[in-house]
Amino acid sequence: MTTESLLSVRDLSVAFSHGAHGGPETLAVDHVSFDIGKGETVALVGESGSGKSVTALSILKLLPYPAARHPSGSIIFRGQDFLQMSERDMRRVRGDDITIVFQEPMTSLNPLHTIEKQIGEILLLHRGLAGAAARARILEVLSQVGIPDPQSRLKSYPHQLSGGQRQRVMIAMALANEPDLLIADEPTTALDVTVQAQIIALLKELQQRLGMSLLFITHDLGIVRKIANRVCVMKEGKIVEHGDVERVFAKPEHPYTRALLAAEPKPDPAPLQPDAPMVLEATNLKIWFPITAGVLRKVVGHIKACDGVTIELHQGETLGVVGESGSGKSTLGRAILRLISSEGPIAFMGHELQGLRFKEMRPFRHDMQIVFQDPYGSLSPRLSVAEIIKEGLKVHHPNMSEHERDERVIQALKDVGLDPATRFRFPHEFSGGQRQRIAVARAIVLEPTFIVLDEPTSALDMVIQAQMVDLLRSLQKRRNLTYLFISHDLRVVAALASHLIVMRQGKVVEAGAAADLFKNPKSDYTRALFAAAFNLDTAPAGVVAQ
Amino acid sequence: MDARTLLEKTIEKAEDPTIPPEPRPKPDIEPAGPLGLAVLPIGIEFSPINIRRWRNFKANRRGYWSLWIFLVLFVVTLFAEFIANDKPLYLRYDGKSYFPVIFTYPETTFGGDFETATDYRDSYLQKLIAEKGGFMLWPPIHYSYNTHNLDLPTPAPSKPTWMLTAAECKAVLERKGLNSCGDLEYNWLGTDDQGRDVLARLIYGFRVSVLFGLILTIVSSVIGIAAGAIQGYFGGWIDLLFQRFIEIWTSVPELYLLLIISSVLVPGFFVLLGILLLFSWVRLVGLVRAEFLRGRNFEYIQAARALGVSNAVIMFRHLLPNAMVATMTFLPFIMSSSVMTLTALDFLGFGLPPGSPSLGELLSQGKANVQAPWLGLAGFFTVALMLSLLIFIGEAVRDAFDPRKTFT
Repeated sequence: MTTESLLSVRDLSVAFSHGAHGGPETLAVDHVSFDIGKGETVALVGESGSGKSVTALSILKLLPYPAARHPSGSIIFRGQDFLQMSERDMRRVRGDDITIVFQEPMTSLNPLHTIEKQIGEILLLHRGLAGAAARARILEVLSQVGIPDPQSRLKSYPHQLSGGQRQRVMIAMALANEPDLLIADEPTTALDVTVQAQIIALLKELQQRLGMSLLFITHDLGIVRKIANRVCVMKEGKIVEHGDVERVFAKPEHPYTRALLAAEPKPDPAPLQPDAPMVLEATNLKIWFPITAGVLRKVVGHIKACDGVTIELHQGETLGVVGESGSGKSTLGRAILRLISSEGPIAFMGHELQGLRFKEMRPFRHDMQIVFQDPYGSLSPRLSVAEIIKEGLKVHHPNMSEHERDERVIQALKDVGLDPATRFRFPHEFSGGQRQRIAVARAIVLEPTFIVLDEPTSALDMVIQAQMVDLLRSLQKRRNLTYLFISHDLRVVAALASHLIVMRQGKVVEAGAAADLFKNPKSDYTRALFAAAFNLDTAPAGVVAQ
Repeated sequence: MDARTLLEKTIEKAEDPTIPPEPRPKPDIEPAGPLGLAVLPIGIEFSPINIRRWRNFKANRRGYWSLWIFLVLFVVTLFAEFIANDKPLYLRYDGKSYFPVIFTYPETTFGGDFETATDYRDSYLQKLIAEKGGFMLWPPIHYSYNTHNLDLPTPAPSKPTWMLTAAECKAVLERKGLNSCGDLEYNWLGTDDQGRDVLARLIYGFRVSVLFGLILTIVSSVIGIAAGAIQGYFGGWIDLLFQRFIEIWTSVPELYLLLIISSVLVPGFFVLLGILLLFSWVRLVGLVRAEFLRGRNFEYIQAARALGVSNAVIMFRHLLPNAMVATMTFLPFIMSSSVMTLTALDFLGFGLPPGSPSLGELLSQGKANVQAPWLGLAGFFTVALMLSLLIFIGEAVRDAFDPRKTFT
């Protein structure tokens, strides 16, 4: 690789002070040093809270000063130290020499401005380009990032673009002034796997074509292997290991790197149990949301969130439901629990659920539970952990003594691997993974037979994802549970599912035993999904969404 | 990414479920306010977020001191009968103890001629008691809100006693056999146009205003929160119909209706309360409705529904605490506007029945008697003080519940 260093970070520290003035400080980044050479891709890897984003933001001095402070270090770019530079000079660097692409394409673009205006703004700021010259450059970068028919997209607003296209526009903005260094802060985390593969391929291609350097921040080691030349592994604000990608993946030195590499969920799916009693049977399930128009609210059409989905699930099995966002998989899970209305028979343990009223559903809720994606949103912030877990017991066992309830809570917490002594604390005192364990404890305390797991691992770091998968599997074995596992992460699904449904736009594309399906996917869409998830390969145009 | 998420990210600990989370910081509430009273009863555990809110509240010095001043004034005026009254607190007569503030005794008890309630201010009766070696412990102010000072040195409204000149006192002094103006029974803030003590009326008036405001605020909040909660939680047709009803209801001209009703019903404390309540409950509905609309889609609400928890429990246990933050922020302001409404009605003469102690009535007397500035000034400063205190408290409460301050 090139040896000439473009950006050199030396001994950088970032401290955040709490409260207004002179409060206690937290060291978010702790004496970090690394170099980025010309035309090189460096990846910063670590779990959330490891300080990787803070490091990236401090390069452009985008931290909330003066709450943030640099107790030590220097950031040398072309012989200048950014930390000594004035805010005015920094503004000249931002968006011109160094640009940044953020994680969330939904909020990174101003919803009130057209694409042309947003890209045109930085061209005007740094190069004084306007009018026809600016438009030519905008069209050029838009076609560079693979926006089809850029001419017609100039007047589009962000909401008219898909998530992947928005991220492409963000990259176009970052490229507009031909930067020397592009910082990509988890640019694909919020995207579907198929789109993620496309964006990675795009970034790699652009980087090679334009000869710029890339600082890529991610928690996903698969991406690092695909894109980076060198990698820095961060943990608790320190770089614990750095080196060439091949070397680090082949011979990790630091125990943490080894743990990260070993964090892949182990595939050991639940076996098919065709002889076990049928737990859930849904036939031709339809969830159509009406689209109304006019004064009289006439129904002019339907959004078909789920269209003719058929499910058969025996006790002890796991049904994986996969698909891109918007494919209707979460809606399906909620419809089966009768949290939203649907059409078509749903038989649960031989009883028909469709048409039951809320009160009539209550006895069945004892046996069917749900774990949600967001461990922060799914626990009431004002109740203690014990109260949260106890809630279901109060509903379904109103005569149970308080002591007995407590016993059940303690048992549930033990089952999910949490210290029962923590049950009087509030959710905000727990980390994301621990909260998700609490959510699982809430579901299993009633000893249900069937649990809908709605992306239970998506908001978690890699290492914790693997732990969560192990926990779910051991609970399933011990209690003979039946899962409906909804996820867009095929690696996790592969580790758990015995059946698989691939959904797209509300319809089942492919269904069958997981083992067969992973081996011989029949439809192009499934193949593209698998390729993107397991190898970060892109599919030919037209098969998946852009 | 803003500072908060950055901070949270940096603080978040590495994952290991076997390590219990950090011990909760001990709630270190200083137990004493400026008067040395316990601020929070020991033994009740407050959630950390409420402790932080209390700290934020205290950080706003103006609001914090306003709360104390207001509480002191409120508690003191609650015992107005023991501060300003035309009956002694304690009476020793003929070897027996009497508590005239609490019990009513006929004049005959003390050797008077009539079976009527004793007028302890009557000099004849005072003489009778003194002859038997009696002893009277008076409250600091010897007038109640409806006591007419019969020994006015000047025609009512009469000046504060300390402003009187020797010439003005002369007639009364001669009649009562006293030496100087200083020996008179003091009217610290003068008297109103019927010779009643202004200070005594202020104390009673303050109490009525605050109690009226408090009751109106609480009752209208309860109704408003319930209505908002039902609309927000159930949505759909219930929400639609209720919203339209409220739109029509709020467009009814409140003041005219009040004038009409008060000409039919005799406007007493509770009649006024009821009439004002008819319109004031709407104020919180929109706020609470919005909170419930937002909250009912939270995942933990979904989770509770999936557990089979009933609607009422979800509303009460899970959603109401969210709405309470917005509601609490509004309460002091609702209270100050309730006080203001009552004062305005009294000022216009459509408020409490004649003779009741009321700040609005004092203000209108001040307007009618410009030559007696103590009336208007006393009323103005009391109302201004009360409303300012409430607004300052409200600002501090708003700061305390500000989520941006709560989490940093």
